Amino acid sequence: MEIPRHWRLKQQRYGLVGEVCPHCQVKVFPPRDVCPNCGGEARTPYTFSGRGEVYSYTTIYEAPAGFEDKAPYTVALVKLEEGPLVTAQLTDLGDKPVEIGMPVEMVTRRLRQDGDDRSILIYGYKFRPVMN
Amino acid sequence: MTENKTLLKPSRPVGIVGYGAYVPRYRLPAKEVARMWTGGRAAGLPIKEKAVPGLDEDVITMSIEAARNAMKRAEIDPAEIRAVWIGSESHPYAVKPSSTIVAEAIGAAPHVQAADMEFACKAGTEAMVMAMGLVGSSMARYALAIGMDTAQGKPGDALEYTAAAGGAAFIIGPAEESLAVINASYSFVTDTPDFWRREHQIYPEHGQRFTGDPAYFRHITEAGKTLMEAAGTSAKDYAWAIFHQPNTKFPQKAAQMLGFSPEQIAPGLLSPVIGNTYAGAAIIGLTATLDIARPGDRILVVSFGSGAGSDAFDIVVTDKLLERRDKALKTQDYIARRTEIDYAAYARYRGKIRMK
Ligand SMILES: [Zn+2]
Repeated sequence: MEIPRHWRLKQQRYGLVGEVCPHCQVKVFPPRDVCPNCGGEARTPYTFSGRGEVYSYTTIYEAPAGFEDKAPYTVALVKLEEGPLVTAQLTDLGDKPVEIGMPVEMVTRRLRQDGDDRSILIYGYKFRPVMN
Repeated sequence: MTENKTLLKPSRPVGIVGYGAYVPRYRLPAKEVARMWTGGRAAGLPIKEKAVPGLDEDVITMSIEAARNAMKRAEIDPAEIRAVWIGSESHPYAVKPSSTIVAEAIGAAPHVQAADMEFACKAGTEAMVMAMGLVGSSMARYALAIGMDTAQGKPGDALEYTAAAGGAAFIIGPAEESLAVINASYSFVTDTPDFWRREHQIYPEHGQRFTGDPAYFRHITEAGKTLMEAAGTSAKDYAWAIFHQPNTKFPQKAAQMLGFSPEQIAPGLLSPVIGNTYAGAAIIGLTATLDIARPGDRILVVSFGSGAGSDAFDIVVTDKLLERRDKALKTQDYIARRTEIDYAAYARYRGKIRMK
């Protein structure tokens, strides 16, 4: 049971909320309160657009505990249009083959449950091929 | 307008400031259900296919996306929303509100009222009427009302062909900011046991033939007729109409009984291609209709929820629709995004395969 951790991370997970550095304007995700670019303090919340592209990816066939019922699934490094790289599952791929550079957008999905069927449900960001 | 004390009419005029739809990408053809349970007898199937949610989707995730689409059209600060109300019969938790998670995800928390509604297929319009009240009394500037379901039918039951996933979200606000003004609503409710699900049961039960005349048709026509009488309108005054759509035939027949043509209900009649989205069914017909409506168009919406009741709405589109509707994905964009699945994939996606 990791309820306190899930609760603390909810905003960054549900809405891709990170930080923007007030000194050099670099966007930071996940939030860490220190700018990776200039080393200054960066605590201003910033909601990312959710758009990006696939930087790299791999398909998981032997899933870790808690994800067995979802295999096979694809995990990607997504380069957000604001700069940061995030690791996330891809979803709603349908019959579409994943390609490096594929435009994707953030959606909030059910990631897993925090244990057995009596435990809390954990929601967070995934990315899907851009619609429209 | 003649004075009618049964209408629900806010003292401050209200309307729809933003709207958004969501339909998951998977489709189960009705003939695939027939292949499984009736040896493939395809005559008289109630729809062509139904929308099925993916493994990582539920009423909460689908509500978040519909709400985000509504926010894109409304272009308001989410911190100005004072209520998040979600109507559904498939909330992921028995105890713990879906609405708190959705409110948090769209940035409406913490200065917000939040609750989950239940009333079978009319839980979404129920949330809309409550939002009209909150805004219409000036208690709030904006309220978010959602109707969303991932409905389940018992394997082999008639409802398995149609029980589907999808829905819509509406930001209700002052009429002067609205892309469509809601003149009034009217609700007609009786104790009618046509469909129910007891606590701890997975699948609902229904009263077979009892679901038609005394339930669906009586409540829809009484609600539609009473609202139009009070508004001094008839079917010809409306450009479009939407009736709760549990299958293809019921809304077609209800339209005919109230004097509406097949053309008037065409844009909102989605059940043939997405199934019955329960609390989302009438209102996703409204989002599809708003996607093609013109300023000045009048729209009649009548929901139906088993148990039983109907909410009817008299709506007029404003000029603001044209500048806002392209700001988010349209209902038909989601319908066009389609991956057909077979019964085995459906059984997996809907949790009908036990892993342990
Ligand atoms: Zn910096």
